[in-house]
Amino acid sequence: MCETCGCGDPEIVPIEIQERILSDNDAHAVHNRSHFEGLGLLAINLMGSPGAGKTAVLEATAKAAGERLKLGAVSGDLATDRDADRLNASGIVSSTITTGSACHLDARLVHRALHQFPSNDRDIFFIENVGNLVCPAIYDLGQAANVVTLSVTEGEDKPLKYPVMFQKADLVLLTKVDLIPHLDFDVAAVEDAVARVMPAAKMLKVSAKTGEGIDAWLQWLEERRPAPVERPAKGHSHEHPHEHN
Amino acid sequence: MHEYSIVASLIDRVQQEANAHGGTRVHRLHVQIGELSGVEIDLLKTAFETFRERTICDGAELAIDTVAPAWACASCERTVERGAILRCEACGRPARMTQGDEIILQRIEMEAPNV
Repeated sequence: MCETCGCGDPEIVPIEIQERILSDNDAHAVHNRSHFEGLGLLAINLMGSPGAGKTAVLEATAKAAGERLKLGAVSGDLATDRDADRLNASGIVSSTITTGSACHLDARLVHRALHQFPSNDRDIFFIENVGNLVCPAIYDLGQAANVVTLSVTEGEDKPLKYPVMFQKADLVLLTKVDLIPHLDFDVAAVEDAVARVMPAAKMLKVSAKTGEGIDAWLQWLEERRPAPVERPAKGHSHEHPHEHN
Repeated sequence: MHEYSIVASLIDRVQQEANAHGGTRVHRLHVQIGELSGVEIDLLKTAFETFRERTICDGAELAIDTVAPAWACASCERTVERGAILRCEACGRPARMTQGDEIILQRIEMEAPNV
């Protein structure tokens, strides 16, 4: 009780929410997903630590796909356009999402990048996340599948150390396998580690340098492509509750 | 350090509720964080203490309920232990996480004359 005026203590009321804290991100992700589905393209969220070989795998993918598939990509980068430049040079239509100090992409950043993206006419669209095995895992971007690159030089225990990332993965790409003869790397140990953190464990061994395993990776992608749709030459095929610049 | 962006989303959400209910001061937030959500509890606390200043959450307490992960077979519901191969021993199907990845705002306790 207030001694000055005699008023009662303020009433504290509980307000039930029971909602994901990232519901705003989730709403943007739903929007991105409908954008991708409307264009009939397969969207892949490609994650992995810095230097795991995300960009190199995409370059090798473009080389192997040749004219067969139209590939697109946005690359999350803290400070440079280097990845997008490399991907454009390899034939993947690409742009950069500059994240500044942010350690991950979120659905809003991807949405903004989609509006500036130069082409609607892609079969597979890669979202190359910021190199990081922690933060990107918790943000839905609207992708159809999460793919995590793990290079053989990182060690077999990484799936156990970063379980959240691997738990969310639909596929692990074990990269730089051409280096295995030079390392004490135990493929069976990494397969075991993956199976303890990733429910439907699936791993493909690839080398961007020699091209080993890239065909199996392309086949994995092909199997997930949605049925073709009539693509609008420009603009959008889906509902837009928001204004565009 | 995505905990800062999570706290920013959290405070935005609380502000929306305060606007809707004429809330003036927030006393406590109850959140549920799974051990395999990718959110570090200590970092979340630090981020909240830093960001709550001069917002609707200034002075508010963050009550965190942590949730241990659990897996079960999607078809026969047999439990799969943490650290084990995440596949049902009985029917061989991939296990499904039943809890442990929550990042949820459960409840806000605030002074709200309009409720």
